[in-house]
Amino acid sequence: MNTAYNFAFFDEGSKREIRRATLKAIAIPGYQVPFASREMPIGRGWGTGGLQLTLSLIGKNDVLKVIDQGSDESVNAVNIKKLVSDTTGVATTDHTTEATLIQSRHRIPEVPLKKNQILILQVPLPEPLRYYEPSESETKKLHAEKEYSGAWLMLFEQIMKYGSMTTGADHPVLVHDRYVMAPSPIPRFDNPKMHESEALILLGAGREKKVYAVPPYTKVVSLDFEDYPFEPESFLDKHCRLCGSTGVFLDELVDEGTNETFYQCNDTSYCIETLNEVEPFGVK
Amino acid sequence: MAEFEVPVLSIKNLNKQFGSGCPRCQDGESPSFVKNYCPICGTVYACRDVSFDVFPGEVLGIVGESGSGKSTLMQCLYFDQEVTAGEAYLADYHNGEKNLFQESSQQQRYIRNNIMGKVYQNPLLGLKMNFSSIGNIAEKLIAAGNQHVGMMENRGTELLNKVNIPVHRRKEAPKNFSGGMQQRVQIAKALSNRPPLLLLDEVTTGLDLSVQASVLDLIKSLQRELNISIVLVSHDLGVIRMLADRTLVMLEGRVIEQGLTDQILEDPQHPYTQQLVHSLL
Amino acid sequence: MGYIAVKGGTHAIEESIKRLKYERIHHGQTIEVERIKAGMRGLVDQVMSESSLYNETLAALAIKQAEGNPEEAVFLLRAYRSTVPRKHYSKVIETEQMNVERRISASFKDIPGGQILGATTDYTHRLLDFTLMDETDVAVQEWLHYYQKESFQGDEEQLTLPKVLDYLRKEGLIPPCENNNMEPDDVTRESLDFPSSRSQRLQILTRGETGAVTSLAYAVIRGYGALHPTVGELRVGTLPVTIDHPTDAGDEDDAYYIGEVKVTEVEMLMPVTVEKEYGKKEMEFEIGYGLVFGQNETKAISMGILDNCLEHPTPDFPSHNEEFVLYHIDSVESTGFISHLKMPHYVTFQSKLDSVRKTKKEGTKNEEGQEVKSG
Repeated sequence: MNTAYNFAFFDEGSKREIRRATLKAIAIPGYQVPFASREMPIGRGWGTGGLQLTLSLIGKNDVLKVIDQGSDESVNAVNIKKLVSDTTGVATTDHTTEATLIQSRHRIPEVPLKKNQILILQVPLPEPLRYYEPSESETKKLHAEKEYSGAWLMLFEQIMKYGSMTTGADHPVLVHDRYVMAPSPIPRFDNPKMHESEALILLGAGREKKVYAVPPYTKVVSLDFEDYPFEPESFLDKHCRLCGSTGVFLDELVDEGTNETFYQCNDTSYCIETLNEVEPFGVK
Repeated sequence: MAEFEVPVLSIKNLNKQFGSGCPRCQDGESPSFVKNYCPICGTVYACRDVSFDVFPGEVLGIVGESGSGKSTLMQCLYFDQEVTAGEAYLADYHNGEKNLFQESSQQQRYIRNNIMGKVYQNPLLGLKMNFSSIGNIAEKLIAAGNQHVGMMENRGTELLNKVNIPVHRRKEAPKNFSGGMQQRVQIAKALSNRPPLLLLDEVTTGLDLSVQASVLDLIKSLQRELNISIVLVSHDLGVIRMLADRTLVMLEGRVIEQGLTDQILEDPQHPYTQQLVHSLL
Repeated sequence: MGYIAVKGGTHAIEESIKRLKYERIHHGQTIEVERIKAGMRGLVDQVMSESSLYNETLAALAIKQAEGNPEEAVFLLRAYRSTVPRKHYSKVIETEQMNVERRISASFKDIPGGQILGATTDYTHRLLDFTLMDETDVAVQEWLHYYQKESFQGDEEQLTLPKVLDYLRKEGLIPPCENNNMEPDDVTRESLDFPSSRSQRLQILTRGETGAVTSLAYAVIRGYGALHPTVGELRVGTLPVTIDHPTDAGDEDDAYYIGEVKVTEVEMLMPVTVEKEYGKKEMEFEIGYGLVFGQNETKAISMGILDNCLEHPTPDFPSHNEEFVLYHIDSVESTGFISHLKMPHYVTFQSKLDSVRKTKKEGTKNEEGQEVKSG
């Protein structure tokens, strides 16, 4: 543990300030609360928003899981995990069910989250209306007046151009019938997991200096039209080559030898756990 | 206009000043005024005690030179500017019992989206130049609560058709269009929610004469077809003569003369109006 | 497809960090922090300024660790700064109290107190000095010995000078300046909001990336802006920093002196037309203010230009738009977001792939539909 720094890197005053912003965010679901985002020892834009939330919340008894694009072992996930455990000494885990704090970039784990867990999502661009309106003071007014035609208009334009909605990840949602919110670049597949989630979901944008939240059991609806309903990515008839799972978000891979396309669970810890269930002695 | 008719829009004592005023001009009147401008503190009294009614199916023209306050008046009516004082009532909003200028900005947005349409002289103010034309119309439909793409596409196509934008260009962005076409897209957008009231601010100014004529023809035929009430502002008495049933003449922020358009053209009372009418002939 | 199935991240990072260390020291030499402090004043000043942390030793350490890369050094210091509790706020510093080392005015030749050229590269010929190739510590000491004998006789005096602008103010050429004694907003404790306060703007500008601040100010005076500035006064020197006595706040005599900071301060003059009573037009001067840690003259001048730009927002030029300027000049923010593009984005990409495939299918349908309609 690196003792040249305070527990969880920040001084206690900074942690309290971030928690205050977080509490406000929880009190106003989907509303972007500005906070004095600190410079962190990892790149601005590399998950500093999520990291600040994690560090302000973490206590000695917490168990931390960090995933990046579904993987516990990707360099960025490892890097963040290492920083938190270096400055706190808390236990880390790959098992979703064991974790009390889960920091994630671009995915919500496949295992449904429970009420004793907090999911922290890293957010690059928190403003769902930014493409429609570049100015921050203008978008603030639009939120205040609940004027969201711009959000739907962007989807309408996609349908006019391409015949369907073409948002990839980060498909906007309406939270608690009030605020339109960017769910962070999670795939559309994960949007429904936010609805009535048992776990508290916090979203942190470090560079853009915003915190927002989906409190437990909150209504979250992906924006769509009556005749163009929201559609998650489809993995119909596809399954994970390793564990056989269906109904999960799959990565599309190409076998270099045969040039064949195959699929594999994106959530690596889920995949390993499923494998271990099938074969009690494990394959890995 | 018949006395018993309920006005669509009623404006009472609208005042708009730019600047804080000084002890010498706070009553909006001072012997040292240059027109409606206080040379001591630099305050401009753009609209002074403007009152009028607009009746169902009527086209009300407002004519005046630049600086007369007519465009400021239009901006106030569409909440683009905040009034200094005054009242406005719409028959279709709480039975005409609520002063629109006192409503919250959220409510004012509702009124703009549902009960009014406006066409600006500068299409940049009325259109999203990079979005498709049909998207521009949909923006207003969405704002009024529409959630059905098919219906919006049909309505948008119908409207663009009505303003003579070829069907195959409906998905093009207005930035690719000529000035006349942009104005026609604006008109289609303004009409999209079937508002009882349409505000037209110098809509043909800056267009070629032939294009002007076609846009004016379009407005005229749409007005007859939809029986919509229109407030039309222009510095051009020719435009007013062609479209307006009734006309207000504004000068230095005040209404100096009003009446049936024919009457004003035939028998102008105020010297300024006389000058204006003579220059038309 | 090795990039997708990222595994063994822990090991990869460890190896990468080792390799980085190798790159730093593979010549078999190390550079002492004291030497960086002694010989890289320009870089130390720039890093302190962009980090908004005044500590030459830590800046030198950051520079060593970052192998001289200012972007990385500023990043290190800013991250360190995040962990430092805010124990005191200093008392207001009056820059008239500056111990002046250099001071010039481009507006007046004869300024009270005179022009002091001080240390500047402005009038050096930019010719590589090859004698520095084998400069020795001994030679340096010797030179210092003679220089000190020649230039410093007796006790060195504190040199405080009146401000050039006070002179103009007395003449009524610039409007009197009212002291704004409101507590400044602290952008590191509360995030920026718009419209921003002047104290917020000045803070963001002074910690802005030197190149970014300079580029935008250059754009302003080259034509993408509406200013024609002159340097009213530029001064470089040290300012004493004091904090209140914990129980006797406000008492000057009991305040604690905690050290001094070297700064560059610039007051830019911009001629403007103002309308007086009866529409009489007069020319007056407005001020753009720049103050940065260390000797960073170009940045301080640029800051003064942008300060004035943001006092006069106009949609005509992005350099007069506070969101455009203030959101984009921060080193840690801009380099962080640009560099994050190196991170894998394969979930988002998979998601986009799904949408793209859908449009391929829908697209054909759509085209047929259109043909039916127009046909």
